[in-house]
Amino acid sequence: MSVADQAPRFASPVDHRMWSERIPAPWWILGLILLLLPIVANNFWLFQIMGWTFILGMIGLSLMFLAGYGGMVSLLQMSIAGLAGYMVAILGPSGAANVSLGLSWWIVLPAAFLIAALFATICGALAVRTDGIYTIMITLAIAAAFFYFTRQNYSIFNGYSGFNLVLPPKLFGVNWRDPLPFYYLTLACAALCYGAVVYLARSPFGLALQGVRDNPRRMAALGFNVTAHRVAAYALASVFASTGGILLVWQNAQIAPGTIGISSAIDVLVVAVVGGMRRPLGPFIGAFIYVLLQVFSTDILGFFGFSADRFKLIIGIGFLAIVLFSPDGVLGLWDRWRARMAARKAATTGGGA
Amino acid sequence: MNAPVVSSRMNVPGAGNASSGNALELRGITKMFGALAAISDVTLSVKPGERRAVLGSNGAGKTTLFNCITGDFLPTAGLVRFFGEDVTVFPPHERIRRGLRRTYQISSLFTGLSVMDNIYLACCGVSRNRFSLVRPRPDDALLQAAEILVEAVHLTADKDRLVGELAYGQQRQLEVALALSGAPRFVLFDEPAAGLSPTERADLVTILTSLPAHIGFIIIEHDMDVALRVADSVTMMHNGRIFKEGRSDEIESDPEVQELYLGGGHAHH
Repeated sequence: MSVADQAPRFASPVDHRMWSERIPAPWWILGLILLLLPIVANNFWLFQIMGWTFILGMIGLSLMFLAGYGGMVSLLQMSIAGLAGYMVAILGPSGAANVSLGLSWWIVLPAAFLIAALFATICGALAVRTDGIYTIMITLAIAAAFFYFTRQNYSIFNGYSGFNLVLPPKLFGVNWRDPLPFYYLTLACAALCYGAVVYLARSPFGLALQGVRDNPRRMAALGFNVTAHRVAAYALASVFASTGGILLVWQNAQIAPGTIGISSAIDVLVVAVVGGMRRPLGPFIGAFIYVLLQVFSTDILGFFGFSADRFKLIIGIGFLAIVLFSPDGVLGLWDRWRARMAARKAATTGGGA
Repeated sequence: MNAPVVSSRMNVPGAGNASSGNALELRGITKMFGALAAISDVTLSVKPGERRAVLGSNGAGKTTLFNCITGDFLPTAGLVRFFGEDVTVFPPHERIRRGLRRTYQISSLFTGLSVMDNIYLACCGVSRNRFSLVRPRPDDALLQAAEILVEAVHLTADKDRLVGELAYGQQRQLEVALALSGAPRFVLFDEPAAGLSPTERADLVTILTSLPAHIGFIIIEHDMDVALRVADSVTMMHNGRIFKEGRSDEIESDPEVQELYLGGGHAHH
């Protein structure tokens, strides 16, 4: 799978329309549906399905930013998310009172983002010296090392058992882990991250990142420090991953090495590829499909008399089908379907005239 | 400051003399690819504002020389000085930020971007804005600089088209524009006229001759006519070595050059 094939299209840095005019109608409808969803959806849908979709989508988005715009396929994004989540558990209050420091949220949250960004920067600096498959190998190796480290280290990461009772702060008197507030919290974070990526893609940094992806040598000949640009992209992507990671800890109220295992790291890649890496929306669509399969395959598989563990098999077959038939994911299928419809429409109207 | 690794390998004559007043100074540049010397012992200096043509047959080492000057390759031996500063081991982007620019023999553009955005990107590269996370406003200084450049290379009418849709000649013009972003002090043009029609060649000559006088350049050009019209002086290369140097008119009438150049480039020595 070549990353360049999945590259998003460049867009002009300047758009003269008003912001409200720039957003096409389907987006307004999608936004309205998401805002009004709690009227019809039950708590299970809001908390488990949608909440998890947004969280996984944000972590996938950080990979989409690196891979789609920067051409760097990183398997590190789950580790970065996990580290931010771990930091919330370690620095803030948790059930493991002997390890957790119990600091206030306004210290914990910035510290979690900063530490995760630092980790991402260091790992990025190692990874950007490689290309293609070697980037994947290096980031996978770091993810594996971090997983085993958290499992074996008890003084900081509380080893195998990790941390439980990690709860969001009760800001404004709201219990943010109740399904409705949690739904809106994750929706708001996901919308912000999505908007940030869309905006950044057309900023000088984002344009240059895409230039680095397509032609690093030329970018150097234009005065860009290609290595620095790539490392900065890792640091920036860590913000999206960390947001997802912190929300994930709050959703589960716990974090343990299992959260950041190798299979989770690969799941993030699956989510981004299935949804499509061309556009920031892709990872969210991929996450939605993944979560639906994960949650409901148990019932479906059970109905046919299979073990629920076979859910990975379904995901795997789906992944294979997507990679084989639509290398740019579900969004790519959608694009092609629309192009075909447009062509058919043009043909019929052209024939009738 | 530590002495650069490459230049310290050789005892270079005149290496201590920093204020030579040259825009570009090469001393004993050698580039080996395995056992093959692509260029050997090239010593060359170009004054600020001077326009130099480098001529030579294919494989004479002209493009390798450019790559050593820009830092795409590090020379195996020798010293590169840019406005008195030893840049031999600098990465390419550090040289570009000091005012060096180059074009590529085979157009190296961002085909998925519009003409304007290509030039805007080039303007960002040599400004402090290159890491900016904020989108430019319509009155952004870099956008305005890009507008001026679009005009300078006669692409105003096509500025919003995708580069991939441009005609070949227009892509060559854009290639030149990218090399003129920011405040260039010295430009390396690698066969900018290759593949151009006679009209486009004339257009290119106009662009090059109307560059501000303080911008010097080296141009690699197979077309003697273009080369001699835009350059004050000529360096002939052959088999990776400098074979002859002189004023354009001297070189033009030199019998040895004529034999080498017009006789197919297979010289007998």
